[in-house]
Amino acid sequence: MTIRDKVLYLEKVTVSFDGFKALNELSLYVDPGELLCIIGPNGAGKTTMMDVITGKTRPDSGSVWFGRNIDLLQLSEPEIARSGIGRKFQKPTVFEQLTVFENLELALAGDRSFVRTFLARMTSKQHERVDEVLEITGLKDLRSAYGRILSHGQKQWLEIGMLLMQEPELLLVDEPVAGMTPQEIERTEQLLQSLAGEHSVVVVEHDMEFVRSIARRVTVLHEGRVIAEGDMSHVQNDPKVIEVYLGV
Amino acid sequence: MLLHQRARIGVLSAPAGSAPDARASAWFLAALALVAVLVPILNLAVPPSSSFHISAYALTLIGKYMCYAMLAMAVDLIWGYCGILSLGHAAFFSLGGYAMGMYLMRQIGPRGVYGDPILPDFMVFLNWKSLPWFWHGFNHFLFALPMMIIVPALLAWVFGWFAFRSRVTGVYFSIITQALSYALMLAFFRNDTGFGGNNGFTDFKDILGFDLHSDRTRVVLLVVTIVALAASYLACRTIVSSRAGRVLHAIRDAESRTRFLGYSVESFKLWVFVFSAIIAGVAGALYVPQIGIINPSEFAPINSIEVVIWVAVGGRGTLFGAALGAVLVNYAKTYFTAALPEVWLYALGAMFVLVTLFLPRGIIGLLPTRNRDKS
Repeated sequence: MTIRDKVLYLEKVTVSFDGFKALNELSLYVDPGELLCIIGPNGAGKTTMMDVITGKTRPDSGSVWFGRNIDLLQLSEPEIARSGIGRKFQKPTVFEQLTVFENLELALAGDRSFVRTFLARMTSKQHERVDEVLEITGLKDLRSAYGRILSHGQKQWLEIGMLLMQEPELLLVDEPVAGMTPQEIERTEQLLQSLAGEHSVVVVEHDMEFVRSIARRVTVLHEGRVIAEGDMSHVQNDPKVIEVYLGV
Repeated sequence: MLLHQRARIGVLSAPAGSAPDARASAWFLAALALVAVLVPILNLAVPPSSSFHISAYALTLIGKYMCYAMLAMAVDLIWGYCGILSLGHAAFFSLGGYAMGMYLMRQIGPRGVYGDPILPDFMVFLNWKSLPWFWHGFNHFLFALPMMIIVPALLAWVFGWFAFRSRVTGVYFSIITQALSYALMLAFFRNDTGFGGNNGFTDFKDILGFDLHSDRTRVVLLVVTIVALAASYLACRTIVSSRAGRVLHAIRDAESRTRFLGYSVESFKLWVFVFSAIIAGVAGALYVPQIGIINPSEFAPINSIEVVIWVAVGGRGTLFGAALGAVLVNYAKTYFTAALPEVWLYALGAMFVLVTLFLPRGIIGLLPTRNRDKS
């Protein structure tokens, strides 16, 4: 596969905060439809990388391409989101004063301008889509509950549901199973597996067990650069990785 | 019974998060309708000898409260629903008022003290020979009317565009809105600016050919104000219960999250800020012919802060609460400043502190509400 076929391509991206290099000439790519896991110790630059892709942080140098011809460094956060990149945050952030249904409604793919949003009415097809996502995320009974009363796990699920509503080409999922019960983890695992293929999914995760069970390809970050790449067994046996991260 | 049924339907069909309390909404509109019908009758049809008669003074007072209610609603739309605390809304109110004032000044014509057919008195007094360019056209109501909307809207657009684009939020935004209002006040105090300096405009004679001092004209102005208040209410209600309204909620709660959903936060804020400024401007335009004077002190920073207190007292994020707060606080102000003038500011401060401490949802929060947390 050539570079042209990648969904996401980061090349020599450097971000420094007061001299500290959070990302140090980081290069990585995401293939269409793949599920890529990114692991690395704290401070490896995982979240900073997500911030760069979604436009929250501007790199000092390097380039970030989405598909063939979208230069993400030229776009604002909402423009990046509209171009087809959805993000789930490390700390689940749902709209607390809105109901589960309304949270999903706002995430619904569609025109985001003020006027169009003002005039927007849900079509029956969109209602079906919301119901479908409520079913997938197991939030059906909480449809009209406010975001603020959801448990931590439910918020994680709602956020994943919001990602689904956006129908992004690329999903960036930051620590999806943090604070989840084993059963919830299992369901998340199935969900992410089912999403890959139609969408490209990038998962940043600490939970090694989880990574082992879902990842086809793993990229290990350390001090802002990639130190190893490949399938889980390959990565686990890499001496550099053992040294900096796996330790045990 | 009918009202009750309608309220139920409203609750079922409205999206839960921003559920307008349909019953309260209906009550609010009914109360406005009642004032719009009753006050004119009590003023025009009931003889002054009767104890039910409403004097011209009271009529003007009610008109003033209604204008303030509109202003409070404008502030509530952006503060209560989008988290933008503007401490400069008096500026938009005053600009609308000045636009109306310019029309009214031109209507005086040769009846002014100096009898100049074109120049308002203050210009003759300042020895000006001709009308400044920006005064042209204001003798036509059809020109002045759009100006009452365009001028505040334009200022809000330019100001909001810079502020929101630079992501100025929270207290910093509040402070620069204060500065905006203060700067305008200083500019309008100057004689050279061309708006009558510290005296502003007064001594109006008529509007659209109707005598401003007749009870009939006053009654019509009051009814127009109430209609404008109801229309503003319905417009705001439509906005906040649309999907765009839910985006505003989302911005208030988690601004950056809203961005990552693909919404341009700046653009939503700008739209609603400009709309709010328009309501404030129209309120100011209706205020001036009823009160009979507009001067730069209307821009005073304290005025904008008072509006925020009205909204907090009434209950923010409800729209009708803001209107209620405006009427109640101003009624208290009318009473106190006459009976106990020296305690008014303390009473106002105490009111704000008490409401903040004990009634975070304002007076409206005292009303029994359904348990909204369905689970």
